Amino acid sequence: MATYNTNEFKAGLKLIINGDPYSIVENDFVKPGKGQAFNRTKIKNLKTGRVIDKTWKSGETVEAADVTDVEMDYLYNDGEFWYFMDPVSYEQLPASASAVGDTKNWLKEQESYEITLWDGAPLLVTPPNFVELKIAQCDPGVRGDTAQGATKPATLDTGAVIKVPLFIEESDMLKIDTRTGEYVSRVKV
Amino acid sequence: MNQDIRAFFQKNNVLEVETPAVSQCANTDPNIESFELHTQGEARYLHTSPEYPMKRLLALYSQDIYQIAKVWRAGEVGSRHNPEFTLLEWYRVGFDYHQLMQEVGALLQCLIPALTQSSIQKSYQQVFLETLDINPHSATNELLADCIEQQQLDISGVLDRSAMLDLLMTHCIEPTFRTDCLTFIYDYPVQQSALACVREDDPPVAERFEVYIGMLELGNGYQELREPDKNRQVLEQENITRQQRGQKTMPLDDRFLAAMEQGIPHCSGVAIGLDRVLMARLGKKSIQDVISFPWGVA
Repeated sequence: MATYNTNEFKAGLKLIINGDPYSIVENDFVKPGKGQAFNRTKIKNLKTGRVIDKTWKSGETVEAADVTDVEMDYLYNDGEFWYFMDPVSYEQLPASASAVGDTKNWLKEQESYEITLWDGAPLLVTPPNFVELKIAQCDPGVRGDTAQGATKPATLDTGAVIKVPLFIEESDMLKIDTRTGEYVSRVKV
Repeated sequence: MNQDIRAFFQKNNVLEVETPAVSQCANTDPNIESFELHTQGEARYLHTSPEYPMKRLLALYSQDIYQIAKVWRAGEVGSRHNPEFTLLEWYRVGFDYHQLMQEVGALLQCLIPALTQSSIQKSYQQVFLETLDINPHSATNELLADCIEQQQLDISGVLDRSAMLDLLMTHCIEPTFRTDCLTFIYDYPVQQSALACVREDDPPVAERFEVYIGMLELGNGYQELREPDKNRQVLEQENITRQQRGQKTMPLDDRFLAAMEQGIPHCSGVAIGLDRVLMARLGKKSIQDVISFPWGVA
């Protein structure tokens, strides 16, 4: 079992605490004059996303988490699992609904996603910052209809609903910012 | 900043001295690790503070002295720690530690513009009672552990009494200190006395103080312990603790102990971290921003 000593702590280090994988968000070395040194950290549970405060007596060892990030292409889903493929090895891995989470709004075939693997199994799927998706359905915009601040709802072919400007029409290809879920621009196909 | 410091001591007739940074002997404090040097089959150590040789000077010359020196402490890296840093250490013959606190306040007040309000002075006991409603000297270990739980501190590792007090101090009490004035904490628990005098009160306390600006600890000072046998006892006990913790024991500074046999005058001494004073003077959040080339890029 690989371990880390507190003197190796830094942001981004992956640890196992009470059976769950965590990532260090912040690490502060604290030492009262001539006293016991501590590592005061903020750590993020990679399964739940929750950030907690934890202090370690300096010199303690913690189990290292076998967590790595890999780039994989999205293939398809069968309702139960979402399948991703390593473009180099052609290895396919199934990701569960909880691992995919909100990224299911931004999935596009052949697009590359960052998969966080824990012990070789997908834990989290992170989309690229921007993705181009097609509109499946939206109402035609009527000039002068500014009752909702010059935007209208549109459904993407992933099922996600976002606000778009009135001139956008069905089958348009849009660039979306996945971090905010917002329309950025229309893309010429 | 250094010019202001030298002018302050010039005005107060304190002599600047220089002592070796490398010694055959080392600090026995179990919480501090010295850098070991190996040359031609001999081991020497970089000093963690100039205390021992400065006390040897006090035994020889009985004079107010100060030094600005680079010191080294292994394994201490962070936003307020660099393994190589600069200490200002000085000793005042005939001062008691409260008088020295006044002088520390006067110096820091002229070095740090953010100090707009006058200093706050509280005893260790007082600050624990006020912030946590617990007496740090008389509370049982169980009570301290309960307090840690009540404060919702998620702590990994087994803590002895001193470590529990350190945890509460750093996580719960220090964050309450104001950033527009200095906070002096004095009269520490006897287990944290090092080479300070112990006053036999009820409870006995170490005549030691620390000075902070906000959570940033700037310095540590004492009423210096003069009895040679007590000095030896402290150092030997520290080495025993090192052994118990599986740490390497350090060679005791016999020349320092011999100087204590000669006798030093009644005096108080203090060490101030100048990099941190510079941080406070310039409003920097990290020591890495005030050191030309911090540890990672030196």
